[in-house]
Amino acid sequence: MNFSIIAENIGIYFEGLNNTIQLVSLALVIGFLMAVPLAVIRTSKNYLFSTPVRAYIYFFRGTPLLVQMFMIYYGLGQFELLKSTFLWTYLKEAYFCALLAFTLNTAAYTTEILRGAIEGTNYGEIEAAKSVGMSRLKMMQRIILPSAFRRALPAYSNEVIFMLHGSSLASVITIIDITGAARIINSRYYTPYEAFLTAALFYLTLTFMIVFLFKKLEYRWYAHLRRDDIA
Amino acid sequence: MKRVLSKVNVFVLCVVGLVLAFTLSIDNVSAKEWKEVRIGTEGAYPPFNFTTPEGELAGFDIDIAKALCKAMNVKCVLVKQDWDGIIPALLAKKYDAVIASMSITDERKKSVAFAGKYYQTPAKFITKKGAVKEFSKETIKGKIVGVQRATIHDSYLTDNYGKDVEIKRYGSQDEAYLDLTAGRVDMLLADSVALDDGFLKKPEGKDYEFVGPDLTDKKWFGDGAGIAIRKEDKDLVDMFNKAIKAIRADGTYKQIQDKYFEFDVFGKE
Repeated sequence: MNFSIIAENIGIYFEGLNNTIQLVSLALVIGFLMAVPLAVIRTSKNYLFSTPVRAYIYFFRGTPLLVQMFMIYYGLGQFELLKSTFLWTYLKEAYFCALLAFTLNTAAYTTEILRGAIEGTNYGEIEAAKSVGMSRLKMMQRIILPSAFRRALPAYSNEVIFMLHGSSLASVITIIDITGAARIINSRYYTPYEAFLTAALFYLTLTFMIVFLFKKLEYRWYAHLRRDDIA
Repeated sequence: MKRVLSKVNVFVLCVVGLVLAFTLSIDNVSAKEWKEVRIGTEGAYPPFNFTTPEGELAGFDIDIAKALCKAMNVKCVLVKQDWDGIIPALLAKKYDAVIASMSITDERKKSVAFAGKYYQTPAKFITKKGAVKEFSKETIKGKIVGVQRATIHDSYLTDNYGKDVEIKRYGSQDEAYLDLTAGRVDMLLADSVALDDGFLKKPEGKDYEFVGPDLTDKKWFGDGAGIAIRKEDKDLVDMFNKAIKAIRADGTYKQIQDKYFEFDVFGKE
């Protein structure tokens, strides 16, 4: 055991931490913003709208994140035509490729989580909304989505944690995230245990903070269910 | 209560017995004669070791490994392992020796022993034709340079050019070639023969060329490629050293070399 190596090279872990936090939070925010309209379309009774969304979700839930990332990073680089367009300025960057893969992946899962929550809306609430003459859009905005978000919260906290752990794959396409930092240390000093244990501690800390954040959110959003006497 | 205690005792005895049997059996293993040697290699470093379209391992390293096993009169089992885990997996006894173009360096000698060398070739940069006219620290400043993670080339680049260039580290040389042709990196640093045969001579490498001097600085590039073996297996180191001498003497080495190269890859004796 030689943790002095880690202490000397801790800077590289913080660089990795920075990249991991940036990638994951950007992917989660954009992914969530995509997932809300997608979930609404997914629950639409019109198959013309819901089928493409179904196909998208089926693809991204049906294939491993690593395969998606390789397809975007190495796969798209194969097409000469693409390389002459402006798209290449973005796709050239490993960072952008990872962000794209993560965003599309988390958006697919989040859409499914939200769909479940939307479909679980108590029908009485919808009838009540209809009886006062709300349009479908207004009903979504005022009645269905707010309660759906609340129901989706525990499942979504899982997705956030999975995304954090999934982000460790970024290290295979040259990005120095927390895992990437550990791989550099491991390869220079042949200390896999110390290198990856340190990475594990970083992930544990991040996960702890995510869990804490969701606990706070649940406390607020489930205020109506709170029973202080049995807490 | 008494019966419970006795049950616990029996259980404890069983566990102790199992642990003892296990440690004894491990001792037996390490004291055995070498009838079978498991050899770890990477399979992504042409022409030294690569994976054929049929999924078989092939290349100079593989042929040398097979010849050495024949000379030692042992059964060879080849194990494929990604490069950045190749020493940890050796230490974890996933295999007994590494024949994968691994350079003998002081840094690695801290963790493993080496037999050989079995060949020695210099390292070099490659870049797009005409992209770097005169090679110097100034002319390559700010360029993105790709290198395979955990290699001598990685250490050399990090220590000498770490502040001048942006380094991208890859799991395998093949991935680095993909990104060079995709335009994601400007230059690569690797073994000159690997670069030449594995890339420049292929159709996708036609627009690229060597640049800069032959790099052989002993501090980073060591004493040529050797066979990494766990430090405690001293008998295996001797066996491999004798086997290298034997295949050099009986012409097997030259036969294998001529299959892949037009020049002497062994370097100085």
